[in-house]
Amino acid sequence: MKIMHCPLNGPRNISEFVYGGEVKPMPNPHTCSDKEWAEYVFYSDNTIRIITEWWYHAPSGYWFIAERHTASDEILKTYDPSERFDQRIEFDSKPELTQEPSI
Amino acid sequence: MPFSLLKYGLKNDYPFENDVDLPSPTALKKHYDVVIIGGGGHGVATAYYLAKYHGITNVAILEKGYLGGGNTARNTAVIRSNYLTSEGVKFYKESVDLFKGLSNEFDFNIMYSSRGQLTLAHTEATVRSFRQRTEVNTHFGGKTELIDPQQIKELVPTLNMNPADMPILAGLWHIDGATARHDAVAWGYAKGATQRGVELHQLTEVTDVIVENGKATGVKTNRGNVSCGCIVQAVAGHSSVVAAMAGIKMPITTYPLQAMVTQPVKPFLNPLVSSSALHCYVQQTGRGEMVFGGGSDPYPLYNTRSTMDLKESLLASAVEMFPFMANLKLMRQWAGITDMTSDYSPIMGLSPVENYYLDAGWGTWGFKSTPICGKTMAQLVANGGKVPDLIAPFAMDRFDVFRQVNEMGATAASH
Ligand SMILES: Cc1cc2nc3c(=O)[nH]c(=O)nc-3n(C[C@H](O)[C@H](O)[C@H](O)COP(=O)(O)OP(=O)(O)OC[C@H]3O[C@@H](n4cnc5c(N)ncnc54)[C@H](O)[C@@H]3O)c2cc1C
Repeated sequence: MKIMHCPLNGPRNISEFVYGGEVKPMPNPHTCSDKEWAEYVFYSDNTIRIITEWWYHAPSGYWFIAERHTASDEILKTYDPSERFDQRIEFDSKPELTQEPSI
Repeated sequence: MPFSLLKYGLKNDYPFENDVDLPSPTALKKHYDVVIIGGGGHGVATAYYLAKYHGITNVAILEKGYLGGGNTARNTAVIRSNYLTSEGVKFYKESVDLFKGLSNEFDFNIMYSSRGQLTLAHTEATVRSFRQRTEVNTHFGGKTELIDPQQIKELVPTLNMNPADMPILAGLWHIDGATARHDAVAWGYAKGATQRGVELHQLTEVTDVIVENGKATGVKTNRGNVSCGCIVQAVAGHSSVVAAMAGIKMPITTYPLQAMVTQPVKPFLNPLVSSSALHCYVQQTGRGEMVFGGGSDPYPLYNTRSTMDLKESLLASAVEMFPFMANLKLMRQWAGITDMTSDYSPIMGLSPVENYYLDAGWGTWGFKSTPICGKTMAQLVANGGKVPDLIAPFAMDRFDVFRQVNEMGATAASH
């Protein structure tokens, strides 16, 4: 069984974790083009090197960041997202309506 | 054939001394009309159809390892066309039809064996999707039926009808489902292509793609540089890595896919049996071994190692389906790395670079499409980049306009 070091819970079996994709900047969905959004959602470098990625410890509901090599599968580092994201990212959740709702 | 076999039986020495399957290696030429990166089934099939139908023979297949040593050698050889979308079914149906004629065409036995594929439904939602797949498949001329538990019992008497406490409600019975010897498919195409003048260069790794003014003009390899009229990329698990050499980013993620095989036992299972709820499919080979396959690994990786986790979960499901198999011994286990798209359909056709054509995103389901990929990629090349209708829906830019071809439900654990 492969062991991953969870920043919150310590060493746990890899089967307790869920992979969450590469860490990449999210464009503003209200202002970016369709192509930019597609790039963000579907495209990735997917190369052979150390990548920074999101992981989720399912039993404790905790998201964190790991640095892992995509060929050797060696996990070099895991840390709390606060080390990378030091301020809250606000997304305008209510885009301007172009039309008045009809009700 | 039988006469030559008889003569062979009576001879003292090997009669085919000068009739070797593949020509000996030669030096790389400076220029080819077409360079194909990747000597798997897809690459050699493309070369074969280019030479056979289009008379294009100044072609080099560049393979970093050996012929068919990638996923072509690692797959579990499920051939079927019972997909969900009309784009998918039309395409795979034509591939199954081509497969049926390959042994004759090659004069070489690819051991095509039409045994039927049975997919199990354990929920009402799956039964509904099976109805749709039956209709779509039948519409395009495939042979698929929805069958009930009684018929399933008659078809596969050894199957546990209540595996993992998930009663089997219905089955998708795909009469066209088949297998073939995957190595033989690669060898047959390679032999046919090289006999017509195509060069197959093994141990030749493409290390860079030369792009000038948005046009692909050649490749760099560990054996020197080669210029060319156009390039076809068919490298499966390495799709993103090779495309990046041409400056192309792809909507692909590479995951390992593992499979395993037991010691041989007496024949008892004719159809291929699969359950996506159990993430498992089971089939018996012509030699009597039981082959198990399932879903991809849970996270991306370029590595063909095996894991205990997968062995445990896959074998638990296999034993639920066929409890007596608990006494069998595993003989071999292996993995391939697969280039997965998010809609479980391939990426075929043009790329952002001129004269650079893509045959990628074949993930866990591309063996069955080997003949039709070869045929359509050859058409694409021969017609100077005019995309054949059959593959137009699989263009890479479908992701940019959110027009995916969703085959996830029809692929997940069946390949
Ligand atoms: C365990 C497993 C089970 C599967 N089961 C099924 C199944 O039941 N049914 C089905 O339809 N499909 C199945 N598949 C998927 C199928 O195997 C693949 O989609 C298919 O074989 C892809 O064929 P290909 O010729 O494109 O790739 P490959 O056979 O992988 O050929 C690509 C070649 O490119 C070469 N290459 C890579 N990089 C370079 C480079 N830089 N320079 C030169 N050469 C390079 C590689 O060495 C390789 O030989 C399975 C896959 C796996 C791993």
